[in-house]
Amino acid sequence: MAKKLMKGCEAIGEAAIKAGCRLFFGYPITPQNEIPEYMSARLPQVGGTFVQAESEVAASNMIYGAAGAGCRVMTSSSSPGISLMSEGISYIAGSELPVVIVNIMRGGPGLGGILPSQSDYFQATKGGGHGDYRLLVLAPASVQEAADLMALAFDRADHYRNPVMILGDGLIGQMMEPVEFKSEIGPEDLPPKPWSTTGCKGRAPNIINSLYLAAEDLEAHNWALHRKYEEMEKHEKRYETYNTEGGCDVLIVAYGTVARIVRTAIDEMKDSGIKAGLFRPITLWPYPSEALWATAENAGKVLTCELSCGQMVEDVRYAIMGRRPVEFYGRVGGSIPAPEEIIEQVQKLAATAV
Amino acid sequence: MHSEIILAGFGGQGVLLIGKLLAYAGMKAGQEVTWLPSYGVEMRGGTCNCTVVLSDHKIGAPVTKFPHGLIVLNLPSLDKFEDSVRPGGVLVVNTSLINRLPHRTDLTVVPVACNELAQEAGTAKAANMVALGAFLGATQLVDLEMVKGSLEDTFAARPKLVPINLAALSKGYEIGMAHAPAHATH
Repeated sequence: MAKKLMKGCEAIGEAAIKAGCRLFFGYPITPQNEIPEYMSARLPQVGGTFVQAESEVAASNMIYGAAGAGCRVMTSSSSPGISLMSEGISYIAGSELPVVIVNIMRGGPGLGGILPSQSDYFQATKGGGHGDYRLLVLAPASVQEAADLMALAFDRADHYRNPVMILGDGLIGQMMEPVEFKSEIGPEDLPPKPWSTTGCKGRAPNIINSLYLAAEDLEAHNWALHRKYEEMEKHEKRYETYNTEGGCDVLIVAYGTVARIVRTAIDEMKDSGIKAGLFRPITLWPYPSEALWATAENAGKVLTCELSCGQMVEDVRYAIMGRRPVEFYGRVGGSIPAPEEIIEQVQKLAATAV
Repeated sequence: MHSEIILAGFGGQGVLLIGKLLAYAGMKAGQEVTWLPSYGVEMRGGTCNCTVVLSDHKIGAPVTKFPHGLIVLNLPSLDKFEDSVRPGGVLVVNTSLINRLPHRTDLTVVPVACNELAQEAGTAKAANMVALGAFLGATQLVDLEMVKGSLEDTFAARPKLVPINLAALSKGYEIGMAHAPAHATH
């Protein structure tokens, strides 16, 4: 199929449809409005349904219901909207239902601003809602990867019966790049979901629930969820490295758009006498800690770059365990670092005695 | 080849559209491309810009502090971005709305009366196409025919607008060619 020039938001919508998703529930918020806009036009063309809910809380409960009925379903929002959806997301995780949630992050806290940010890392990877639960969190760095990860997100959500989050910054949503959709399936191609509530005529009723009042029941449920998360940790870690073969002076850890800016900075440093490399986590949970350490072991120092005041850097430090110096460089509020700023940070770090 | 271009003007002048055309044509010509709009609280009459990157290799940063090319359709955009252009870069200035010449002497400056030339082509609204044409003429970054094809695709739903916009593009292209640095021409 020929490549199309698409905005990240539109590519996410089209990728969902090509993954057999026919239901979208959501509520508008910048900078991801092109996703619901696209879905409102496209879903009726393929026999699907688009509903603009009365609120994000309602939208999160609509995806809860649709997933319980066995349908491939998604929502999308941006930071403040995801906060509102977090109650529903916790219920969905507790009820073990597959949904895909897209967060195109903007600055916070509160209403913050509408410009790009990566300040929802904690919310996405450490909780957001209440209770012991985990989301599989995927962080695309290009429009093509956003489309590819949408297909993977639906597949993994069904596999684990667990919510999956696509965590992109505003740039991923607003940028246009060529994109190619590598596969297309319809709802009829999906395996049956025998646990779903589709009407129990002729069989025992299925119950979808997150309420366990007896301590022993809830404890058993919590440990069962925990074992599922351990499976995800075993099988789902994804990452990419650049210019790290043979070790490097400074290893830069970054995800999403920032990783691309770092890549440019690394290229521009080629003849500078300092070798910099990139470690880019694609899954933010589970975090590819072992692979990060294996890469950092061959590096002198580690620099983490984020559009936040320092969130992922905690997972980087946890992976490195004090075995290498870990520094942090962040821009916030919607400011984007230029490659030149990254280079300056690398040079400064390289010149510092350990 | 690797080129970072900023296109800037008032909201409503169509800088996002000519940025998209440039990216689309680059993609059709087999290049790697990115198009990134400034998406603050934009409104008609406010300032607006986008960044286009065209490259032979995988594109890292879709943002730039030091573009190789700059197209400005109004004075605030010239004031804001003039100093950022890399030495030796190309700067297209819409003299219809900008009453000063750039102070930079290390750039290829292409002054074009975009609005008047667009009016001659059929509508002043096509001033953006004149500017894009001038940039292409001066840089030869993407084949003109490829851009014309992209324009036809983009205006497929409103075919009446195609000839006017093509004419505006060509008028700008001729002026750009006349200003092209020796190494950029065919």
